Amino acid sequence: MSETKLKMKAYWKKNLKTLLFLLAIWFLVSFGFGILLVEPLNTIQFGGFKLGFWFAQQGSIYTFVVLIFVYVYRMNQLDKEFDVNEE
Amino acid sequence: MDILTWTYILVGASFALYIGIAIYTRAGSTKEFYTAGGGVSPLANGMATAADWMSAASFISMAGIIAFAGYDGSVYLMGWTGGYVLLALLLAPYLRKFGKFTVPDFVGDRYYSNKARVVAVICALFISFTYVAGQMRGVGIVFSRYLEVDINTGVIIGMCIVFFYAVLGGMKGITYTQVAQYCVLIFAYMVPAIFISMQLTGNPIPQLGLGGTVADGTHLLEKLDGVLSELGFAEYTSGRKGMADIFAITLALMVGTAGLPHVIVRFFTVPRVKDARLSAGYALIFIAILYTTAPAVAAFGIYNAIDTVADKPVSNLPEWVGNWQKTNLISIDDKNGDGIVQYTPVAETNELKIDRDIMVLASPEIAKLPNWVVGLVAAGGMAAALSTAAGLLLVISTSVSRDLFRTFKPDMTEKRELLIARISAAGAVILAGYFGVNPPGFVAEVVAFAFGLAAASFFPVIIMGIFSSRINKEGAIAGMVSGLVFTMLYIVFFKFWNPEMNNADHWWFGISPEGIGSVGMLVNFVVCFVVSKLTPAPPQDVQDMIQEIRIPRGAGKAHAH
Repeated sequence: MSETKLKMKAYWKKNLKTLLFLLAIWFLVSFGFGILLVEPLNTIQFGGFKLGFWFAQQGSIYTFVVLIFVYVYRMNQLDKEFDVNEE
Repeated sequence: MDILTWTYILVGASFALYIGIAIYTRAGSTKEFYTAGGGVSPLANGMATAADWMSAASFISMAGIIAFAGYDGSVYLMGWTGGYVLLALLLAPYLRKFGKFTVPDFVGDRYYSNKARVVAVICALFISFTYVAGQMRGVGIVFSRYLEVDINTGVIIGMCIVFFYAVLGGMKGITYTQVAQYCVLIFAYMVPAIFISMQLTGNPIPQLGLGGTVADGTHLLEKLDGVLSELGFAEYTSGRKGMADIFAITLALMVGTAGLPHVIVRFFTVPRVKDARLSAGYALIFIAILYTTAPAVAAFGIYNAIDTVADKPVSNLPEWVGNWQKTNLISIDDKNGDGIVQYTPVAETNELKIDRDIMVLASPEIAKLPNWVVGLVAAGGMAAALSTAAGLLLVISTSVSRDLFRTFKPDMTEKRELLIARISAAGAVILAGYFGVNPPGFVAEVVAFAFGLAAASFFPVIIMGIFSSRINKEGAIAGMVSGLVFTMLYIVFFKFWNPEMNNADHWWFGISPEGIGSVGMLVNFVVCFVVSKLTPAPPQDVQDMIQEIRIPRGAGKAHAH
């Protein structure tokens, strides 16, 4: 296999690792905290909110926004590291 | 000045703005018509995507649905925002690198098959028409309520406006009008929300006000839970639907969002792959501003309604209740004649009926805001409905001109293709207007269709097309068709054939027709995978193309067709 091909394989592997990590958090805050664990979390009071309810109606959305920007930052770094970035 | 005059001024001014932008940015080539020339900045694209995505339903109805559903309303909040994470991470950058104009384009090229392309076109047309029919009706309703014209007149005015900028401007015109529409709609949503939050909780930020305390020092949500259970309703912060159903609906809405063609095409309009990633982030910020405010508007609305109306004497209700009684959005019927308004979950004894749309529409009056704010909310609702309608019409016209005509007549000149695109946009406007005037009785029902079908058809084949080079055309076609047929049969069975069986006792695993798209998606994934394994691998040039779209560099060159 040529050197560029190997490099691209490494790039793609790191990309997939980033994706899986971020998607795990995506799943945890929405399906995990907002749905599956909502009842135990609701026993915790957080300001005026029950924690599970807060994740379902507010917290998960804030986390989603942060996730995308972390992704943008991390991918820009990866693109540079592997020299596949655009001008 | 009175409300009607303000409404005419503000709605008129916003329309003049949209038309002005459309003339200034009209499309001159197919590239401009389909992708706005590919030079839209990520920030502008983020705003346009947000306006494109947030329809009349998001603007007017969502807060009301949440107000009456409480915790169960979370499915819309998480579902319609969580889909953007999938879009940003799994679809947008790769589709941008692929560098053509439409979703069927991608499906057809990646699966080297015009059959797959045609299946994708049918899905895109079906999803878009389902959706646009509801939007045109929404435009008509907003017009009739605020401008005091007939609903049909409203639909026709809406058609003329959309016709003008979608047909003339194409994607380029739509993009910049959507940017303006976003500004109008978000301003209109936030002003009353901020004032109500201040009045009820003393906190100007509605997102924080939701967790704030009301006049007697108790937390708003705690108070709501208490008042609702006293009246015999379920607690506001607890769920009434089964957990499996909540899970399935949320997933179907997320995956459906990521598969909706009018949202996906917006990521073709930015110059570079990294801009596609970034603009998905901006889009979600702009959407999140409204989506995190909506649960606050919902809780404030239901709190205000119960606090000022329930168990109060009929003769002494606040002024806004009287105003909205005239429109039949609130109705009070003192059944036991005791002069007090009883609000109960039982139909026989309940004396208060509140339309869910009231939560946003009446909010300026509840907060006793000046008349111009009411006009502003009208302009905002119209911006939301028009921007989504335009985005959908563009997908329809592009599907016809590019995915159907160009596929079977590849030697067509660009001028001719542009003409066909415009004619099909015009035809789509007329058909959408027809559905707006004569709404098929099942418009509300078929929204489940649009999301379920997008989830069960597009999402899996696009994902597999990017992340696996082994998936071939046999797998993709079998996957799309089986996911589609499964989802459609389930929805049709419960919604049209046996509506009396449409309850949790008969659903599979407790999953309602609204959530079945997520099972359809799994069916698609599995069938696609298995069939691909049993049939030959895709040709080498397709496998090379897949490697190519995974690398950001060189996206600019892919433009040419």
